[in-house]
Amino acid sequence: MQTKRMTFPGKWLPFALLAPQVIITLIFFIWPAGQALYQSLLREDAFGLRTTFVGLENFARLFRDGAYLNSLSVTVVFAVGTTLLSMTVALLMASTVNRMIRSRSTYTTLLVWPYAIAPALAGVLWWFIFNPSIGIVPYMLEMVGYRWNHRNSGSDAMLLVILAAAWKQISYNFLFFLAGLQSIPQSLIEAASIDGASPFKRFWTIVFPLLSPTTFFLMVVNVVYAMFDTFGIIHTTTQGGPAQSTNILVYKVYADGFVGLNLGSSAAQSVILMVIVVVLTVIQFRFIERRVNY
Amino acid sequence: MVENRPWANFFAHTVLIIGVALVIFPVYIALVASTQAPGDLLRGTMPLLPGSHGIENYKLMWQSGVSTANSPPAAKMLWNSFVMAMAITVGKLSISLLSAFAIVYFRFRFRMFFFWLIFVTLMLPVEVRIIPTFQVVADLKMLNSFAGLSIPLIASATATFLFRQFFMTIPEEMLEAARVDGAGPLKFFKDILLPLSVTNIAALFVIMFIYGWNQYLWPLLITTDPNYTTIVMGIQRMTAEENPQWHLVMAAVVMAALPPVLVILFMQRLFVKGLTETEK
Repeated sequence: MQTKRMTFPGKWLPFALLAPQVIITLIFFIWPAGQALYQSLLREDAFGLRTTFVGLENFARLFRDGAYLNSLSVTVVFAVGTTLLSMTVALLMASTVNRMIRSRSTYTTLLVWPYAIAPALAGVLWWFIFNPSIGIVPYMLEMVGYRWNHRNSGSDAMLLVILAAAWKQISYNFLFFLAGLQSIPQSLIEAASIDGASPFKRFWTIVFPLLSPTTFFLMVVNVVYAMFDTFGIIHTTTQGGPAQSTNILVYKVYADGFVGLNLGSSAAQSVILMVIVVVLTVIQFRFIERRVNY
Repeated sequence: MVENRPWANFFAHTVLIIGVALVIFPVYIALVASTQAPGDLLRGTMPLLPGSHGIENYKLMWQSGVSTANSPPAAKMLWNSFVMAMAITVGKLSISLLSAFAIVYFRFRFRMFFFWLIFVTLMLPVEVRIIPTFQVVADLKMLNSFAGLSIPLIASATATFLFRQFFMTIPEEMLEAARVDGAGPLKFFKDILLPLSVTNIAALFVIMFIYGWNQYLWPLLITTDPNYTTIVMGIQRMTAEENPQWHLVMAAVVMAALPPVLVILFMQRLFVKGLTETEK
């Protein structure tokens, strides 16, 4: 790792400067993570009186447990749905905004603010709109003959949480796509246009390939968002239901640990989640290193 | 644009206006709902135009809140959110500035070790280590306190990296000149580094304030005393009731969303800078 050629001398000062960050990291990050690892190897009896070391049994149980496997596939559906929906809409918006000259900043302002809304609030807003008895959307759907009810229908519930999660993420993706589009040299597009390529052809053969680093980066970020930052959305809308149909992994860790008080299993689930974050972070960073050279 | 085709421009504006309308729709509905009289929302059809009870709903929510949900007045909850967000933001910025300074401007044993130790926090979101972190905070007797609300969330790998990147771009001559003039490390930090970092600090401030304000799971778990209820978690309590008073809930939603949205709108340039740089 680089440093400055010239540095300050000092034996204790650098440690003192690092101390606050390091102490907080050790107490609130490293120690709890270690605890999760340790607890994932233990089993507590029903009364919390005795704990026994069970090795990897908690993990083995999880992968035999239908509810966990269900949660895994629910998470995949949710993450893929949220990512696809928010990225498609954001790309459409960004490429149209990018054509604009005078109105560009107005549209940008109108599209960026949902970033500021808490996921929990996004959940409440969409839940209200889709409320089966007083919501406006079920009322409209009724007119075309569809009875919306996310309290009974798993697919309705999934659609609701995907909409809420994607809505909040559009502004983020939009800003990155817009920045990506603006870094594409205008001359390339002009050349293609002189050769007679239509706008759609130009988009698919020039713009989209050049945008692929941004797209890949956003895919990773969106998956991380959908998997880890959407607790508030699930908690304020469906709470994992109906019948486990929206019980994503992050929510299940909370529900099994705090509500179900099944500490060993919850800890094992935390450990699996940590592995997933590590993998996603490594992908993100490797990719970003590549992008710097791009 | 390369060529000028009126129909294409028209089409583009149409797409954008529909898009913007869809993005705004949920908030518009919330605004409309928050101006209705208590019974109006339960009549089956949701009105699409604002009602006339806005001022009284907001006033009621602001001053007394929904007492049956055991939630304090919105004014109190907004204040709690503000204190928490500010504590997280200022905490994150200060400890990140200090550690980036140490990592860039000193050579000491285990420098790389500390760098990676901080890096690891990126991979440990609070959601995945929730139970053991809760236990630590409980053992430290920090439940139901602003310290418990903010301190566990203030470690920040991204801010440390950003400041490190930025410090690396500051010319060596600055340091040489400062040392020739006899400035010590702390004086250099205070008089040269901090003033040069103002834009970066402001950009990160926007992002982190929003992060802090929007915290949900953490305050929900570690505070049970209504004196520490933040507005975002307070709203959940109100919706969890048997028959939520939607007009008041929506007034609270609008008040909870307004501060961070205003921060973005007024500091849009800094917000974009903070966002794109922290993710690099």
